[in-house]
Amino acid sequence: MKFTDEEIERKVIDIVAEQTMVDNKTVTISSTPEELGIDSLGLVEIVFAIEENFDVSVPFNANDPSTSDFDISSVGSVVAAVKKLIAEQHGG
Amino acid sequence: MTRRVVLTGLGVVSALGVGAARNFEALREGRCGIGPIQRINSDKLSIKIAAEALDFDGAELFTRSEIALRDRVTQMAIVAAREAVQQSGYALTDKEALRAGVVIGCSMGGIHTMDDSFREVYANDKQRVHPFTVPRNMPNAPASHLSMEFGLKGPAWTVTTACASSNHALGQAFQMIRSGMADTALAGGAESGLTFGVLKAWEGLRVMSRDGCRPFAKSRNGMVQGEGSAIFVLETLERAKARGATILGELIGFGMTADAHDVVQPSQDGAERAMAAALIDAGVTAEDVDYINAHGTATAANDKTETAAIRNVFGAHADKLAVSATKSMHGHCIGAAGSIELMATIYALGQGVVPPTINYDEPDPDCDLDYTPNEARERPMSVAISNSFAFGGLNAVLAARKWTGA
Repeated sequence: MKFTDEEIERKVIDIVAEQTMVDNKTVTISSTPEELGIDSLGLVEIVFAIEENFDVSVPFNANDPSTSDFDISSVGSVVAAVKKLIAEQHGG
Repeated sequence: MTRRVVLTGLGVVSALGVGAARNFEALREGRCGIGPIQRINSDKLSIKIAAEALDFDGAELFTRSEIALRDRVTQMAIVAAREAVQQSGYALTDKEALRAGVVIGCSMGGIHTMDDSFREVYANDKQRVHPFTVPRNMPNAPASHLSMEFGLKGPAWTVTTACASSNHALGQAFQMIRSGMADTALAGGAESGLTFGVLKAWEGLRVMSRDGCRPFAKSRNGMVQGEGSAIFVLETLERAKARGATILGELIGFGMTADAHDVVQPSQDGAERAMAAALIDAGVTAEDVDYINAHGTATAANDKTETAAIRNVFGAHADKLAVSATKSMHGHCIGAAGSIELMATIYALGQGVVPPTINYDEPDPDCDLDYTPNEARERPMSVAISNSFAFGGLNAVLAARKWTGA
């Protein structure tokens, strides 16, 4: 599966918007999980949707998200992490 | 007159071995039953460790026709119950059998059977599953097979409250005998859910550790699944004394509460109320308690919340308690967890040995009790409680007392 950087960003924003039940225009690259009111279960569902959509395996542990090798501090950091995972797991 | 309820038999199957003696030895040594998954292919799993009962092979213990009707979970319950019954010398007259019950905690039922059957029709394009799929799978199968095997004809049922199933089962059996509904019972739990489908489901929740179970340690990063069964013989003190039975310990209290809060996040309030209810039911004060077998799952949330709850219930006495999370050794046995942990609790009281919390490598400022790190410790104890706090916010706490002959 090949994705352009734009496609990845748009898809991640769509996933986050769907999960938080807001219009995808309110989700920006700088939005944080706290701002969007995403709890730990919400994060788990977002990670699942990312794995399904991009055919990657995300190293995310809900016990301690900060030590997982997957930065969820903002939508932008998630996009960057997804790009990295795709490059690693599908050779770019 | 309040009837007192004692434990006169115990049988165990777990990753620590088959038989109570093997399990006691492991608790004493601080042996870890968690390792790389061996019984199923783990290539497609991202979590590749579990506490499998590798010494338990149903094919060696049951005939082909017996296995046709008994999932691994039922096989484990039967083997544990046979040990308990034999130890207790639990011989019932026809009349006594009418007032003998069975209460078993089980969360997933015969899930090996379901996993295998569904694979055949979904993945392998088969047209049919084994004809006994339903009776093998039903979660009450372990309880039913125990009632049949030992001819127990009184109240018999299964309790399913996820990780608290067998504490609820033991607590209800205790209440039933105390109140006079039955005079004896087999009670405990059984769970064997280390199947590909179940492990995938747990992986999805993202609360599993990839590298080990480290309850209360700062480095903890999730739970590790286990399997097994512990079954006890419960009877009135009067009956046990009259027949000269060896008494392993006394059940003295049971508390249960609901968080009414969140389906997966633990609640400190619910845990506190369950512990407090068990103490009141047992007629003991917080200061009477010597040991807590903690729920201690090694998730970030549980261990911190449980610690805070213990501090609130026990006040200054919290610092004098011995606490341990034996899941570090036998894994999280879900519906059987409470039964296997009552086994550890009864061992602790009976032998005066606190089983350790192993893999404890780094203190966490949020978890500041004495968790008996890494090595068992000798300590005379009289009263203990054992905590189980389930997903769904359902809590069950058992209180037990060492049997000293009076």
